[in-house]
Amino acid sequence: MTAATAPLTEPARPSLARLTLVELRKTTDTRSGRWLLIVIALTAAAMTPVVLFAAPEHERTLAGFFSASLTGAAFLLPVLGILSVTGEWSQRTALTTFALVPERHRVAAAKLAAGTALAALCVAAALAVAAAGRGLAEATGRSDAAWTMRPSVVATTLLFAMISVYSGMAFGMLFMNAPLAIVLYFALPTAWTTLTETVDALRDAAGWLDTNRTLNALLEEGITLEEWARVGTSLAVWLLIPLIAGLVRLTRREVK
Amino acid sequence: MIEVKGLTKRYRDVTAVADVTFTCAPGTVTGFLGPNGAGKSTTMRMICGLTPPTAGSATVKGVPYRRIANPGRHVGVLLDAAAQHSGRTGRETLALTARVLGVDAARVDRMLELVGLADKAARRRVGGYSLGMRQRLGIAQALIGDPSVLILDEPANGLDPEGIYWMRTLLRDFAARGGTVLLSSHLLREVEAVADRFVVIAGGRIVAEGAKEDLLSRHGGTRVRGEDPAALGAALTAAGLAFRTAEDGAFLVDAAAGDVGRAAARAGVALLELRRADGGGLEELFLSLTAGTGAAASAPAVEEAAR
Repeated sequence: MTAATAPLTEPARPSLARLTLVELRKTTDTRSGRWLLIVIALTAAAMTPVVLFAAPEHERTLAGFFSASLTGAAFLLPVLGILSVTGEWSQRTALTTFALVPERHRVAAAKLAAGTALAALCVAAALAVAAAGRGLAEATGRSDAAWTMRPSVVATTLLFAMISVYSGMAFGMLFMNAPLAIVLYFALPTAWTTLTETVDALRDAAGWLDTNRTLNALLEEGITLEEWARVGTSLAVWLLIPLIAGLVRLTRREVK
Repeated sequence: MIEVKGLTKRYRDVTAVADVTFTCAPGTVTGFLGPNGAGKSTTMRMICGLTPPTAGSATVKGVPYRRIANPGRHVGVLLDAAAQHSGRTGRETLALTARVLGVDAARVDRMLELVGLADKAARRRVGGYSLGMRQRLGIAQALIGDPSVLILDEPANGLDPEGIYWMRTLLRDFAARGGTVLLSSHLLREVEAVADRFVVIAGGRIVAEGAKEDLLSRHGGTRVRGEDPAALGAALTAAGLAFRTAEDGAFLVDAAAGDVGRAAARAGVALLELRRADGGGLEELFLSLTAGTGAAASAPAVEEAAR
């Protein structure tokens, strides 16, 4: 049997769409997964009264409610991303997952696609909450600010949400350990911010590499070309490199 | 059909599996035996493409596992029953697998029925399952794609006697329909009843391989018990027959029953029992083979003393 053997091609491998639906189902079919999504929704709803009563009146716009309702998601979407990957190792389901789908990068692609869907769902929910909040402000006579919002803000916010999930997944794949990945995900950029604020020579670099700063432009109206360049540069460091390294590690790691 | 050729796995300076070669034919059950840490699980993970081998290769149905488009439809794999998400219900665990494999969702309930986890147990979360229930779920998961090859690592672990009997029947039926089964165990008794062939591994190397009958008759010997054990022992020694003492005071002699009987007759020792050492034959084989790879050649005696 030295000749190359023909692969067993029938029945066909599961499509990426099928794997994505499975990954989506895996984020919602456990109690912990469901709670994470519920908490994201609750934080969105909880921010509405904050804007309604605490924010300056001219900020009680639709856009104001929208960005406030995503405060929790900005923190929790990366966690969602991390857990969707590390859960395979902590619960040891990787043994089944990769025995059924030996092409591990396809599982990673399905997880990223499922993350995209969840990010979109989050943004859509935030829009609904924002509209309700603005309506409530109108009804209670607490706002006569804008009802309109540039569609581009919704688009860049969606991008922000997607980046949040992807970064989490990248860190999850790279460290394959939930506590470590979560701590590093939040500690590293913060440490970097602190460092650049204390060391003068790094201050210029921070404007390009500190995601805490560069990504904020995505949540505001009228992002400039230079801001796009800063987003891209910082993401190359904090998303692209961990993602590639994580994918390499995922495909090579021994599954036990 | 499973073909393993020269599989080797080294971790830094530790060799977990060394040059393991064997074949499992359709229609047979192969028992993969060895003490804990012998390299059984590592070998099985290498067959399933989960552990990259240092050297060698393995094919299932003539193809490396990772080149099977939808492996779950050809090979049922259970490598660790404990490796399930504790927060998912048994039914949901199977439903996810059914989706990945693209099999009819109705198979989920049929498999749950088959392994005895239908109704209430299926709706419980796996975290609340006993090890035996997890094994049953794992077997359901292995069977849901209607495979023709089964690779099961310690599937009898945690099963009660009724469960072990059930699984034995299930695997025999599977092989009788032309399926190929490779199952590992360190519990020799139930493998002895279900397997046609044995591959015995110790310290990462194959130490014995062959059909069950051959191995048992080669290593079984004769079991003899005398009214006066001391006199019988002396008679056997005088006849130049090597023997070991079993736990109940009987002797296990590496000779045919006729030779043993004649030696006893010459010395005038009354015998209470004289027969082929069948029941414990594999255990004896297993102990002698696996202990032999350790430090001392007299290790079987040490093993016996340790019990």
